[in-house]
Amino acid sequence: MGAFRRLANLVRRAQVNREIEDEIQAHIALREEANRAAGMSAEEAHRNAVLHFGNPASMRERVTAADSALGLDELWRDARYAFRRLRRAPGFAFTAMVTLALGVGANVVVFGVLNAALLKPLGVPNGERFREIVNAYPGDDSQSYPDYVDYRDRNSVFTQLAAYRISLSGLSTGGNAQKEWDYEVSGNYFDALGVQPQLGRFFHTSDEHGPNSAPYIVLSNSFWHARFRADPGVIGRTVDIDKHPFTILGVAPPSFHGIELFFWPDYWVPLVNAQQLDGYSNLDKRGNHNLYLIGALKPGITPTQAVENLNAVAHQLTREHPKEDDGLTARLVRPGLLGDVLGGPVRPFMAAIMLLALLVLAAACVNLAGIFAARAADRSRELAIRLCIGSTRGRILRQLLMETLLVAIAGGIAGTALAAFLMRFLSHWQPIAEFPIHLLVVPDARVYAIALVLTLLSGFLPGLLPARQVWQTGATQALKGGPEHTGLLRRFTLRDLLLGVQITLCALLVTASLVAVRGMMRTLHAPFGFQPRGAMVAELDLQMAGYADKQSPALLRRMMDAVRQIPGVQAVGSINNVPLGGMDDNSDVFRDGTTDRRSSNSVTTATEYAISPEYLGAAGTHLLAGRNFTWDDNASTPPLAIINATFARRMFGAAPAVGRHFMGGDGTRYQVVGVVQDGKYNSLTEEPKAAMYFPLAQDPEAMANLVIRTSLPQQTLEPALRSTIAGIDPTLPVGLQTWPDALALVLFPARVASIALGVMGCLAVLLAVTGIFGMASYTVSRRLRELGIRAALGAHRRQLMRAALGRPVVLLAGGSAAGLLLGVAASRLLAYLVYQASPRDPLVLVGVVLAMALVGLASTWIPARRALAVNPAQLLRED
Amino acid sequence: MAKNDLQGTLDLLVLQTLAHNGALHGYGIVQHILIASGDLLRVEEGSLYPALHRMEQSGWIGSEWTVTGTNRRAKVYRLTARGRRQLEQAQASFDQLVKGVRAVMRYA
Repeated sequence: MGAFRRLANLVRRAQVNREIEDEIQAHIALREEANRAAGMSAEEAHRNAVLHFGNPASMRERVTAADSALGLDELWRDARYAFRRLRRAPGFAFTAMVTLALGVGANVVVFGVLNAALLKPLGVPNGERFREIVNAYPGDDSQSYPDYVDYRDRNSVFTQLAAYRISLSGLSTGGNAQKEWDYEVSGNYFDALGVQPQLGRFFHTSDEHGPNSAPYIVLSNSFWHARFRADPGVIGRTVDIDKHPFTILGVAPPSFHGIELFFWPDYWVPLVNAQQLDGYSNLDKRGNHNLYLIGALKPGITPTQAVENLNAVAHQLTREHPKEDDGLTARLVRPGLLGDVLGGPVRPFMAAIMLLALLVLAAACVNLAGIFAARAADRSRELAIRLCIGSTRGRILRQLLMETLLVAIAGGIAGTALAAFLMRFLSHWQPIAEFPIHLLVVPDARVYAIALVLTLLSGFLPGLLPARQVWQTGATQALKGGPEHTGLLRRFTLRDLLLGVQITLCALLVTASLVAVRGMMRTLHAPFGFQPRGAMVAELDLQMAGYADKQSPALLRRMMDAVRQIPGVQAVGSINNVPLGGMDDNSDVFRDGTTDRRSSNSVTTATEYAISPEYLGAAGTHLLAGRNFTWDDNASTPPLAIINATFARRMFGAAPAVGRHFMGGDGTRYQVVGVVQDGKYNSLTEEPKAAMYFPLAQDPEAMANLVIRTSLPQQTLEPALRSTIAGIDPTLPVGLQTWPDALALVLFPARVASIALGVMGCLAVLLAVTGIFGMASYTVSRRLRELGIRAALGAHRRQLMRAALGRPVVLLAGGSAAGLLLGVAASRLLAYLVYQASPRDPLVLVGVVLAMALVGLASTWIPARRALAVNPAQLLRED
Repeated sequence: MAKNDLQGTLDLLVLQTLAHNGALHGYGIVQHILIASGDLLRVEEGSLYPALHRMEQSGWIGSEWTVTGTNRRAKVYRLTARGRRQLEQAQASFDQLVKGVRAVMRYA
């Protein structure tokens, strides 16, 4: 009720003021009357009454305060006053706002991504109940179909358990097949996720009746728009996937992009049709892990209980299938990041970037605190006068805080707007053309709440320093002018400390970003075990064109012979999966003669490739010992293999490997004919890995990549290649790109990390410049008169410079050194974020020192000019 | 304790004065307290008016403009029902305070 009256008072402020004034005047008049009645002269009576009353201005203030005790009105007036003050110093206001906008913006973007990638539950009903089953060992996150069926039927903790895998298939609506990304999913997939179609229907468990029984396809909304122009008549139509007819059942709603945050499918097809889709079927192979399992926990079931239940199932499976399910142990992870494959590295990386962003904001706040404290100090005389004429400290504090708050709010709004724009961009960004990688960053209430909290914090925290200053101001002392304590300028103040901290943070961030950039550069020139530069990769999916595995070697050989005839082509070889291409097959390998070939008895797990004899030469992979394959190594000769150095060392120790035998999981004996150099196969950061190559003719594969070594640019090669291949089979889809481009996916994390760290480093430099600039110009302006006297007495320019800029330079040097040391100390963390990042790199060290020196030069230039241009005569005349 | 209790005491004095006299303007309140206390308590105007306005905002007292005997416009205050309840409470707690202080003084 009182609040209403106070609000009402706001509106009729003028009237309230008049009333108070009248009341005061009445009071004085009444006492005057009484005085007259007591016998005083008119003049004396008036004087006594006024004296008795005290300071009417101060009282008016306090009565008003009681009337609008909520202070809304005064807040508004303070806000207007702060606004006027800021408008009078537009340069300062702008700098402060930009500083905060950058700090807040960086945080909101990083948090937005973090929120989208890690915090937000799956965008389906009860999203937060969903978990994926991965295996105990990080990195081994997929399951086999038979294991899926057993988990599904024997567990008692999931409402429904679905399975899916990401795959490529060629879809054609009559003409040429086009390569599209699909999810091969179990029949209960849509039901388990609780998604409803926007058109037509989804397939269900009841549609499945064994292998190849469900030739159905469900389109994603964007694919439906892109390929079928959102035609509602597509339901019931038939399309060809890898030359097999599939019926379009329905279209998924626009908000549903599958389960993976980054990997959006074009369509969904039933897993039971794997034979048609992939050319082979893993449905009955318990040892072949390629499915991700997902389900919602039943109400009341905790993840811990679920893991216990699943592990009971896993132990049964190990007992029943000691060979394939050796050591099977389940673990639950949040869905969305390919099991834990991406989640493992993404989580710490996002946490680290978030920390850096917060550091940037902290540096911005420290920066503002310094500038505001300086401004408050410059106003110390004005503030002292206001204290003397009856203003309370609280009132002055509120005004100062209002100023920082105003700047913070403006900066926060600008920063959030910037962030929203960036997030929109990120949502539409498809970083690698070949892969359906999207990151939908839709800022939700949580993101905006964080933005608000950060804004308010960055308004209040920097205001505390000037507040402390005002609190300690002695009115009379400040009125006398000049610094309050003569010793203050000699000692290092809290403000200096803050600036030192800020410079340290900045140097740390600069070190981090330089290290990242260097690491990135080195990664691009790392030994891959092949030479990506000067080579192109042509991807041929013979499966899509309807060829069986057995036909592929002969066809490929004919193609390679033709391609080799193109002028400018030096060498052509074929391999089923390009190393570092995002797809690889891994198998356990055993010593010759092993009879119990369960996983724990294997020597190592090796990545396997099927290559043509020309591949090693075309790829630039060096043969260390033995011989290459020839086309005579075919199905009619004993199985052969070329292995890499790591494989040789693990299997045969120091003894020569050529001529020896090893066994595959199915008991095949392979004879080693050659040893090649080690390389990278799955990721750039992997430990040395065993790899083996089989002759294409002994291990025919319908998936083929031609590695073409050529000096021709892509634009020249592409038409020649297409016409050459069309001359052999005009329906065969071909994708051509340079090998370095094809590596984009593996380089993507390092690239993103470098960009993120680089941006943080730039922000830090910007903040350091404004911070040091503010500090230096403040020092100069405070001591301008002293400098003037010194100049008048004949001080040298160098002495003036030292007096004016000594402290900022000392702080800069000290802070930079500390930051650099911290950066070097944090090398482990950095090495974790960016592959091959090492701060023990002279270039990085020199770079940091140079950057910080530039920062110092840029930020002290103007204050130094001002100090040198000091005009003693004019200065001494002032005040 | 001191600050709050002194403010509380001023409230008590004002409320009691209004309870006793009906409607009274600020100057009247000052004079009444001065006389009633035998010249012992001199209420400062600087404290009185903020207190009056605060109590009015809290709904303990109401106000209106009237014309005094000497034909002067003045704002007079009177106790509300809520103010009467507040007065009773304040009186009780003041009595407690006095009792307590007395007990200690006697003991010492």
